[in-house]
Amino acid sequence: MVLATAVSSGVVVLVGAVFLACAVEMVEALTIVLAVGHTRGWRSAFEGTGAALVVLAALVAAFGPALVHVPISALRLVVGGVLLIFGMQWLRKAILRSSGLKAKHDEDEIYREKVAELEALGSSVNRDRVAFVMAFKGVFLEGLEVVITVLTLGTSAHRLGLAATVAAVAVLLVGVVGVVVAKQLSNVPENAMKMAVGILLVSYGTFWTGEGLKVKWPGNDVMLVMFVVIYVVVVGLLVAMLRRSAPQRSSEVVA
Amino acid sequence: MSKQQSLPVRLLRGFAMFWWDFLVGDTPELFIAVLVIIGVVALLSVVGHFNAAAVIVLPLLAVSALAISVRRAQRSSQRK
Repeated sequence: MVLATAVSSGVVVLVGAVFLACAVEMVEALTIVLAVGHTRGWRSAFEGTGAALVVLAALVAAFGPALVHVPISALRLVVGGVLLIFGMQWLRKAILRSSGLKAKHDEDEIYREKVAELEALGSSVNRDRVAFVMAFKGVFLEGLEVVITVLTLGTSAHRLGLAATVAAVAVLLVGVVGVVVAKQLSNVPENAMKMAVGILLVSYGTFWTGEGLKVKWPGNDVMLVMFVVIYVVVVGLLVAMLRRSAPQRSSEVVA
Repeated sequence: MSKQQSLPVRLLRGFAMFWWDFLVGDTPELFIAVLVIIGVVALLSVVGHFNAAAVIVLPLLAVSALAISVRRAQRSSQRK
């Protein structure tokens, strides 16, 4: 019973972290592809997207099986450290955005900027190199973060298949919804999602850094849920403190 | 230095830049904090009561690093 609870709590955190992280990255990639497609034509946008997906698949094929052979303690220490850094970066941005110290990520604004940038480059012929490169870079860079999230979380938890499946569902779901609503990706509560992802990544990062250093967590995987609770409280306190200390500076933006 | 770098050099440079932006970027304090956390917990293993200390110290240092980084960003915005 205790074992089942521990396993299921670990799986829930894993599924939540992978799903939200992949959904956020997909929203960002889709914004770029939609901007490129609407402005410069869909052919080159799709070609750039396809080429990026092929390169990403090749990276997964090359590094995925190799990661399985890395000793689990070393893998968890490295993955834990990377997730701690990555998660804290996400959390920091989400906290600053929630407290009004940093401008919120506005997909409509990003879409308009990309469209203006692309239109300024002039009209395209059949093979549009600019559109191809823009779509390729957008999908590849956002996709690389998805790949890193899936490989690190999946291999460390010995659930690479589950992590990959959840990532595919998230990417497909956001893709379908994104195509249906077209430009209205700004309605996605991106900051709340980033905050949730940050909390889950930092929780996993703390847990696996400890495991990699041979720390025996009380309650094993249950401690993962405890970390989620602890970080939710800490983030709530930090947002409240920042809002209280600088209510008049809500329009300012920091790096 | 040649302006036209070869493809392997450009790929290597791009790869290194990606990891630098990914891990360090505009928050070098978080990168350093994680190295310190790992170092401190590893050092704890040479003293007694390693596990009990590590269970408390590791999340405490992570929370402190996050709070310091957020506070640093707040100060940076107040200076502007």
